[in-house]
Amino acid sequence: MTAIAERGHAREVATPEVTMAAALNQALADALSEDETVLVFGEDVGPLGGVFRITDGLAAKFGEARVFDTPLAESGIVGTAIGMAMNGLRPVVEMQFDAFAYPAFEQIVSHLAKFRNRTRGRVALPVVIRIPYGGGIGGVEHHCDSSEAYYAHTPGLRVVTPATPGDAYALLRQAIECPDPVIFLEPKRRYWSKQAVVLDHVGTNPKTLDQAVVRRAGSDVTLIAYGGTVGTALEAAEAAAEEDRSIEVIDLRSLSPFDDETVTASVRRTGRAIVVHEASRFCGYGAEVAARLSEQCFHYLEAPVLRVTGFDIPYPPPHLEEYHLPSVDRILEAVDRLQWQETRPAVKAGG
Amino acid sequence: MASVARDIARGREPRELLPTGTPLRLVEADGQAVRPSDLDLPDDDVLLALHRNMVLARRFDTQATALTRQGRLAVYPSARGQEAGEVGAVLALRPQDWLFPTYRDSMAIVCRGVDPVEVLSLLRGDWHCGYDPYEYRVAPQCTPLATNTLHAVGVARAARLKGEDTVALVMLGDGATSEGDTHAALNFAAVWQAPVVFFVQNNGYAISVPLSKQSAAPSLAHKGVGYGVPAMLVDGNDAAAVYAAVQRAVAAAAEGRGPTLIESLTYRIEAHTNADDATRYRDQDEVDGWLARDPLARIRQHLLARGLLDEPAIAALDAEAEAEAAALRRRMNADRGHDPADLFRYVYAEPTPDLRGQQQELSAELAAAADEPEVSR
Repeated sequence: MTAIAERGHAREVATPEVTMAAALNQALADALSEDETVLVFGEDVGPLGGVFRITDGLAAKFGEARVFDTPLAESGIVGTAIGMAMNGLRPVVEMQFDAFAYPAFEQIVSHLAKFRNRTRGRVALPVVIRIPYGGGIGGVEHHCDSSEAYYAHTPGLRVVTPATPGDAYALLRQAIECPDPVIFLEPKRRYWSKQAVVLDHVGTNPKTLDQAVVRRAGSDVTLIAYGGTVGTALEAAEAAAEEDRSIEVIDLRSLSPFDDETVTASVRRTGRAIVVHEASRFCGYGAEVAARLSEQCFHYLEAPVLRVTGFDIPYPPPHLEEYHLPSVDRILEAVDRLQWQETRPAVKAGG
Repeated sequence: MASVARDIARGREPRELLPTGTPLRLVEADGQAVRPSDLDLPDDDVLLALHRNMVLARRFDTQATALTRQGRLAVYPSARGQEAGEVGAVLALRPQDWLFPTYRDSMAIVCRGVDPVEVLSLLRGDWHCGYDPYEYRVAPQCTPLATNTLHAVGVARAARLKGEDTVALVMLGDGATSEGDTHAALNFAAVWQAPVVFFVQNNGYAISVPLSKQSAAPSLAHKGVGYGVPAMLVDGNDAAAVYAAVQRAVAAAAEGRGPTLIESLTYRIEAHTNADDATRYRDQDEVDGWLARDPLARIRQHLLARGLLDEPAIAALDAEAEAEAAALRRRMNADRGHDPADLFRYVYAEPTPDLRGQQQELSAELAAAADEPEVSR
């Protein structure tokens, strides 16, 4: 809330609500305004404003030399972004959907991620690749992949995903300013979620790009989520509170690098942890989180670290996706399995 | 309502974009000048520079092959036989232009002025790229095929946006023209009218696979018309013709007339690398036929016939090349220290906490190993 004085009377003016889509749009507009080397390009991002309208109005405002449609080839988009960054520009490119970024995979993994290293730091590539990812919007096949593990597994990339409009703005601005290449994953089912927030990326915490945040404090269990599942985890925590179970929710924000400090401090306090993500489980991001907690919090744990994830299946068709996505009930069921009765862990496999 | 019929003739006349039916040539295999030719014979001093740099490049290449046999290089993909393309294309570039080479283009990079020891850093196994790309405007040697075509288009497009007079020349081989990135790069470059020269050295083979299994196009240069890119087919063993063709393409790009595709017909005399056995896929007769069309002998005969070069000058140049090879041998035989901390130093602008931890793990491992007593013999 912002307090302003008017005619001698103090009056509270509500901070307006913004959607994540609007926050991302504002971040791009502000970056384009403040830094003339910033470019925005991709498929349909020009006059149309992108299929999700994230780039709405930018071509009209900044001209088609700086905000432009490309031919339809993702490898071409990322490959030319690499060249433009070599020549002093800061491209922010859009992959239209998660699964449509795969043609660019070689450019991302073999070049974007490695150029700084192979040239001993002489060639930096400050490129941001925006990728709308994940399901929950009734999309047909190839429109709902959670591809974060592919990128997080690649040294040289930063992987970031916001869960709120305020973070969407701050993290995108910081990603554009970052000297490293950033894979910026946008949880498309949260594009229309709203938050009353002042959009800002330097004021309170300028280092949020690689820091996790505690979204809800609790003392019994730590839920570790990111992107689209943060909201689900918060709903689960609310439901659990009605049964007097206090759940802490951490929003990772940065998938690479990983913020051990915030996460381990929480888990050492609660002694119980569940990782929640939409992506399939096997070799998924949750495996990395569970391994780190096992390495760093073993003596504090009261129960095995559990994973609530999508199944190990190709993303299902729209009428079946509700069975696949981590739900509040599935999270609460996992909470119940965290060995609350036992003083010593029972000898049985897994959780 | 507007007509739904779309205008088919969007760009230039297809005929304007097609290459000539036979390769463009300025000097015949016997050294005689071709008159008339569609290309202009370069000035005498350029012809002498082409000859000189081809002598130095060939000696560098044979030295690198020898160093590989001695175990000083991990691997070396020779470009012997392709000196006209390697040198002709590079000398046609201006200082402000960019060169995007592949792993086979070490000669081209040396010709651009990069220290040969820095060039061989990759193949010696010291570091992936041993030189500063910005100092010479030479990108790192690209090992994945055709990916660098897009980087060249990006650098060129950025140059236009920034108002810089810079052209990017990207080298690729016949095999790389089958990759999707070549298709994307030609298309992007044409749509953007980016100042790029695609220099395809068709040396007959992609490792072992002959061109007949690679493409059914009339020539690789013919691929340009589909993208709206003008193309030239040039005799890749004629350094004068390569230079003139590339210079024309660079000038067109610099004037805002967009990209050009050049197919340079040549031959790889050596195997793919020292690890390859070329006798499994080609006959010695074929190699002998191309040895008879040697690009260095061709320009030398031309210069001798015109009195621009004489035997004492050739002897002096050979001695200079020999001295450079000896210096390269000496420097490559010197052991170079490697710092394990370099593994972690350049992955990100600032090492991540994980990388700092892993660097400490390695340091501790090395310190522990150093403390262990020597095994007595």
